[in-house]
Amino acid sequence: MNARESMEYDVVIVGGGPSGLSAAIRLKQLAADKGQDISVCLLEKGSEIGAHILSGAVLEPRTLNELIPDWKDKGAPLNTPAQKDQFLLLTETESIQLPTPPQMHNEGNYIISLGNFCRWLGQQAEELGVEIYPGFAAAEVLYHPDGSVKGVATGNVGTGKNGDQEGEPGIELWAKQTVFAEGCRGSLTKTLFERFKLRNGADPQTYGIGIKELWEVKPELHQPGKITHTAGWPMDTATYGGSFLYHLENNQVVVGFVVGLDYQNPYLSPYEEFQRFKTHPAIKGVFEGGRRLSYGARAISEGGLQSIPKLTFPGGVLIGDTAGFLNVPKIKGTHTAMKSAMLAAEAIAEALATAQEGQPIEAAAYTDKFKQSWLYDELYRVRNIRPSFRWGLWPAMLYSALDTYLFRGKAPWTLHHQHADHECLKPKDECTPIAYPKPDGVLTFDRLSSVFISNTNHSEDQPPHLKLKDPTVPIRVNLEKYDAPEQRYCPAGVYEIVGREEGEPRLQINAQNCVHCKTCDIKDPTQNIGWVTPEGGGGPNYPNM
Amino acid sequence: MKIVVPVKRVIDANVKVRLKADGSAVDSDNAKMSMNPFDEIAVEEAIRLKEAGAAGEIVAVSIGSDACQDVLRAALAMGADRALLIRTEAVLEPLAVAKLLREVVAREQPRLVICGKQSTDGDANQAGQMLAGLLGWPQATFASKLDLGTDGATVTREIDGGLEIIAVTLPAVVTTDLRLNSPRYTTLPNIMKAKKKPLDVVALDEFGVDTRPRLTTLGLAEPAARSAGVRVADVAELLAKLKNEAKVI
Repeated sequence: MNARESMEYDVVIVGGGPSGLSAAIRLKQLAADKGQDISVCLLEKGSEIGAHILSGAVLEPRTLNELIPDWKDKGAPLNTPAQKDQFLLLTETESIQLPTPPQMHNEGNYIISLGNFCRWLGQQAEELGVEIYPGFAAAEVLYHPDGSVKGVATGNVGTGKNGDQEGEPGIELWAKQTVFAEGCRGSLTKTLFERFKLRNGADPQTYGIGIKELWEVKPELHQPGKITHTAGWPMDTATYGGSFLYHLENNQVVVGFVVGLDYQNPYLSPYEEFQRFKTHPAIKGVFEGGRRLSYGARAISEGGLQSIPKLTFPGGVLIGDTAGFLNVPKIKGTHTAMKSAMLAAEAIAEALATAQEGQPIEAAAYTDKFKQSWLYDELYRVRNIRPSFRWGLWPAMLYSALDTYLFRGKAPWTLHHQHADHECLKPKDECTPIAYPKPDGVLTFDRLSSVFISNTNHSEDQPPHLKLKDPTVPIRVNLEKYDAPEQRYCPAGVYEIVGREEGEPRLQINAQNCVHCKTCDIKDPTQNIGWVTPEGGGGPNYPNM
Repeated sequence: MKIVVPVKRVIDANVKVRLKADGSAVDSDNAKMSMNPFDEIAVEEAIRLKEAGAAGEIVAVSIGSDACQDVLRAALAMGADRALLIRTEAVLEPLAVAKLLREVVAREQPRLVICGKQSTDGDANQAGQMLAGLLGWPQATFASKLDLGTDGATVTREIDGGLEIIAVTLPAVVTTDLRLNSPRYTTLPNIMKAKKKPLDVVALDEFGVDTRPRLTTLGLAEPAARSAGVRVADVAELLAKLKNEAKVI
């Protein structure tokens, strides 16, 4: 293979989600304001901006108002104002309407497709002169001899299944500042955590997996702007999880379910819990006569303020959900991701302006700006809610009410996350298998027909992007001790135990199905599975998600 | 020798197409769009001919809305030299496309036009043939191998049950089949260079061609869903079912 070429920018951004695009836009705005010249390049592993973006989503426009105040004139796809909020507690057959917690009030917010919103942000960024390259995955962090980050390299392509064919080499992108905006559980961010010890002093990050479907419903059942959230069934009270159901424009309804990845029972299947949830008497009616248009899944960071790592290091910063700015009780992470991006961009622009030639730049002011921002205040006030759920649903709801109403988020203590999610799984012998109903093909579906409509593909002729550190662990540990939980937590059917009937069980990895949710990287009990970027352009092609 | 390569913007091959709720059209709302895969093969073949010294300039042509500039840029990033967009919001039938391409040929004077054999959306498989007919040029369709000489080309065609090798004189129209080549990966530096290559946009009206539709679509339907399979106990039951229920034997 030929040697890698290199290109140089002031700032390289890894990831074209709301945070990466907001950072790009803010940098260009600041450059224009101050007559500074800042070249910005943004890489996106999806085939286009928006292809890998999946969220509920209800957008709180606070940050958008700050970033692009005239977004309405510029045609931002915020078409469905939030109308009615509903919060239901479900039992198997009943539903009880609860008062909507203050964080979950949505006046002034919009129900959007985050994918389409990102497509629009991408256009705004390009108009400001940002160079956006979708279809290219940043696969490797590059370092200067002094240990600071020099940039990233895109992956090699066309090297064949075993990596032994003559392919096309990746390219090195060098930058004074590299902004990691990979979204939850970024594969490069993970290596930065280790290298720069960024997680020292922070709680372990905790996660949830969100699974979502987009439906087209009968016009008479459609109520644009309606927002429903549920807690309770089908989760047991020990497991954190709940649903969202939003009515968008064009007779579209999104439905999704989030399960905390600190769940303990290895027999639990977030996918099947979601399918089962749709059959609840209070829920299923809206889907009658409708058709499912799309499907997808993505992990989210749930640790909140306590789990945010050190944000800066020589040569780069972390922004958005790869750092973990999601507001869990609000069930929103877009406005927070965008705000972190704006703060980082401001710190970077200042640092670039005062940088000494040849010296590594660390935009340390970003951390201070964060601590002085409304973002910090917002996350501080809700910091105790998610950790309280380790006590179970009822004590947590009671505690959360006290924390919110009595202490107004300023309780003189902070609850901490004790364990990483992968440590929470109990051995199968201590747990009861869960019998899930069979899909009916009308309201509930199997995994493969779901992955089919996520438009997921990876070129077959490439090395698998799901790496096992030790190939014996899936059978020796995962199957023996936990009944191979990866078969159940993977929402795309990537992991299959085959050969049981012949008495020679082995783990088959269908990497082509992967929707890039990163759950396996998070939940594998011995952290034996590593998710790395496949060839750029692979993965889902979500429309309107 | 100049080569013209028409490229079409279609729904990406990885996207599962479905009809709009009212059945009026295929729903392409925010769907990922790409260059028609057969056209990608055509661009690749033109570049290989150029790299082998058998061709000079490569001109990529697309017909459609401004959004089609992205497939033209993709062709330029692969290695085409110049691009032309004939801008229209209308959806054109193959005959209208062929007539417009005839005008492009009159302007550009290429010795070879390489088209995809069909587009993955309309699946008509007509534009290349119609273009050859309108121009009075030889055509070599479903090409899986192309050897170019100075006055003619030898083309291996994929036909039912085998291969057919034909010789055509130049100028000619060649349409590509799947096995002709594997298109290259586009690299970041080439995408950047492509941004600086010339891309002309001309309104469809300027060609003075009658592109009005001549066909009426009566209806669109999705393929019937596959019904569930059944497990049979033995060969006898299988045969009975094939004979009496499926009526295939």
